[in-house]
Amino acid sequence: MSGQLSYLGIPLVRPKVGFFELSSCEGCQLQLLNNEATLLDFLNLVEIVNFREGMSERADTYDIAFVEGSVTRKDEITRLTEIRKHAKILVALGSCACFGGVNQLKNRFRDLDWVKKEVYGDFPIETMEVHPLADFVQVDLEIFGCPIKKEEVERIVTDLVVGKTVRHPEYPVCMECKANENICLFELGEPCLGPVTRAGCDAWCTSNRRGCWGCRGPAEGANLNQMKEIMHIYGFSNEILLDRLECFGGFASFADTVRSQNKKTPARKKKS
Amino acid sequence: MKFSCEVDVRHLTRVEGHGNITISIKNGVVKKAQWEVVETPRFFEALLVGKHWENAPYICGRICGICSIGHTLASIRAVENAFGITPSPQTANLRLLLKHMETLQSHILHLYFLAAPDFLGVGSVLPLAKSHPEVVQRALRLKLLANDACDIIGGRRLHPTRTVVGGFTMLPEKGELEKIRQRLLASVPDLLASAELFKTFGIPDFSRETEFVSLKGETDYPFIGGGLVSTDGVLKKEHQYRGMTNEYCAEGFTSKLSKLSRASFAVGALARLNNNFPLLHPTAQEVSKSLGLVPVNHNPYMCNVAQLVECVHVVFDSVQLIDTLLGSPWQEPRQPVQAKKGEGVGAVEVPRGILYHYYKFNSHGKVIKADCVIPTSQNHANILHDIEALASQYAGTGKQDREIELLAEMLVRAYDPCISCSVH
Repeated sequence: MSGQLSYLGIPLVRPKVGFFELSSCEGCQLQLLNNEATLLDFLNLVEIVNFREGMSERADTYDIAFVEGSVTRKDEITRLTEIRKHAKILVALGSCACFGGVNQLKNRFRDLDWVKKEVYGDFPIETMEVHPLADFVQVDLEIFGCPIKKEEVERIVTDLVVGKTVRHPEYPVCMECKANENICLFELGEPCLGPVTRAGCDAWCTSNRRGCWGCRGPAEGANLNQMKEIMHIYGFSNEILLDRLECFGGFASFADTVRSQNKKTPARKKKS
Repeated sequence: MKFSCEVDVRHLTRVEGHGNITISIKNGVVKKAQWEVVETPRFFEALLVGKHWENAPYICGRICGICSIGHTLASIRAVENAFGITPSPQTANLRLLLKHMETLQSHILHLYFLAAPDFLGVGSVLPLAKSHPEVVQRALRLKLLANDACDIIGGRRLHPTRTVVGGFTMLPEKGELEKIRQRLLASVPDLLASAELFKTFGIPDFSRETEFVSLKGETDYPFIGGGLVSTDGVLKKEHQYRGMTNEYCAEGFTSKLSKLSRASFAVGALARLNNNFPLLHPTAQEVSKSLGLVPVNHNPYMCNVAQLVECVHVVFDSVQLIDTLLGSPWQEPRQPVQAKKGEGVGAVEVPRGILYHYYKFNSHGKVIKADCVIPTSQNHANILHDIEALASQYAGTGKQDREIELLAEMLVRAYDPCISCSVH
């Protein structure tokens, strides 16, 4: 398990790593235990000092903090700030941490009291508008996806340990989907955000004939107006486009634009 | 002798989500015994309002990172019931096979990674990789098998891609299913070795008479759909679930709570087994008896054993399901969906107990009301009452704080709570 690691003859230090979660399904952390074939190798690369979901020991100093989930309650701002203080590198793990994730669908209702009442009735419950981590602390690195792709995380962590620059693909999912020789989902009658979503997932959903919902956020230079046009050409309504654009928060500003153009969609609930 | 004890566990480890345990014993008298759930709510029932029906399974699967397949299937079932869609036998078999593989994955994760470290006296699975390499390798093999099967059938082990209202976006290659079948058969020795390992674990001697609620199997051990049964004699149909879940809010819990015939009840592997023992595969029944588990068992720590027994059952049942699927040519993967006004309930026995999704749609197929009742939220009140009884049982016995703390932690872990799911 342990033993001296080296890269190109240069000895490496196993970084102390902590995993933390704010509002989330904890699935991204679970993904790390889901790589059974390479789990033991991965554990050899880092020293996990904080992983509440998997271990009882806890430590207060770590080189890399992976934070899953979004901020949805005031005490999470305090927790996040504390984690930031102790970490040399803070990584936003997954779409909730990067963009707010499905949690931020709540933000489309202006009236938070209505949201609370819809679920809890008159029972008092604390919540706030959903935010990604970067709204409160400096985020050094983002790992996109709902869920994250374990192979990508392993590559990124390896790059961090050996001191390489971490780069995300700038091109869209569409490229990976074509490389996988899939039939275009539009041709199969399925709406898809593959043309504008950042690659790196190896066209995970589209290779399973499920249209892309944009969980990894926009690719560099994504042509969103063209995306809208493609949807229309294939007969998909703005509402179907909007369902996908607003699902994970990565396309929030474009979703706002589409929403404002789309008077028919009851975008923001005012009922109380 | 030591007659006082203070236990204060903030954010209990090796469980999914955030919960606290507090126990205070003074001079042999329990002053406080509390289970608290402090998880942040994400308001899934509100998120869905105004959304087109196809969003429901996609978004609701994301309630949980461990049982996302169960959530997706419960959500799909609720939508299909609302629209009057009956899944084809092929779809039903593939869904059940997928469900079985999630059950196996989740139970193995819990038994080996979350529960076993307590019985082996370590803080996590990490030191076991050195001290008990064969145990860790066995756990990884079983989990990998289950996850690979989920990938092949559902497209992805977490937040599945192929599962949709009406069926599947695409079907697995038959050759891949055949390989899974062979690996399932080859996993039986690993499961029996797991049973031998659990025989060496000292299951704490504690029991509290409890009402156990689960789906009621008619011809098969229950996993997807159908009515419920309780050990106190309650019977209800799937659409009458609210008469069982009776959700209420209480101080100290951001999750809702449930009660039925008593102050609380339990769901999960032990409840399913207690209510449906004769429907388990014969080998699973043997394993259960060999581990001292026969119905009705009221020791909550035995939930660990019940999970192991269910692993044996789902492996054997999965082989049969694959045989059925391989025995006939593939039919269309999905059927067309016509949305209509109405409401529907979907019940699924997920690893931690009965999960209900309910939606009401308007004539455009948009959600106007959603309700998700999570197994762990049904268990919270029972966990609380178990902790009270545990504290009373050990008050004045002279046990050290750490011993009582560990027993309480193990008790909560035995329920395998999925706390963020319960709050959602």
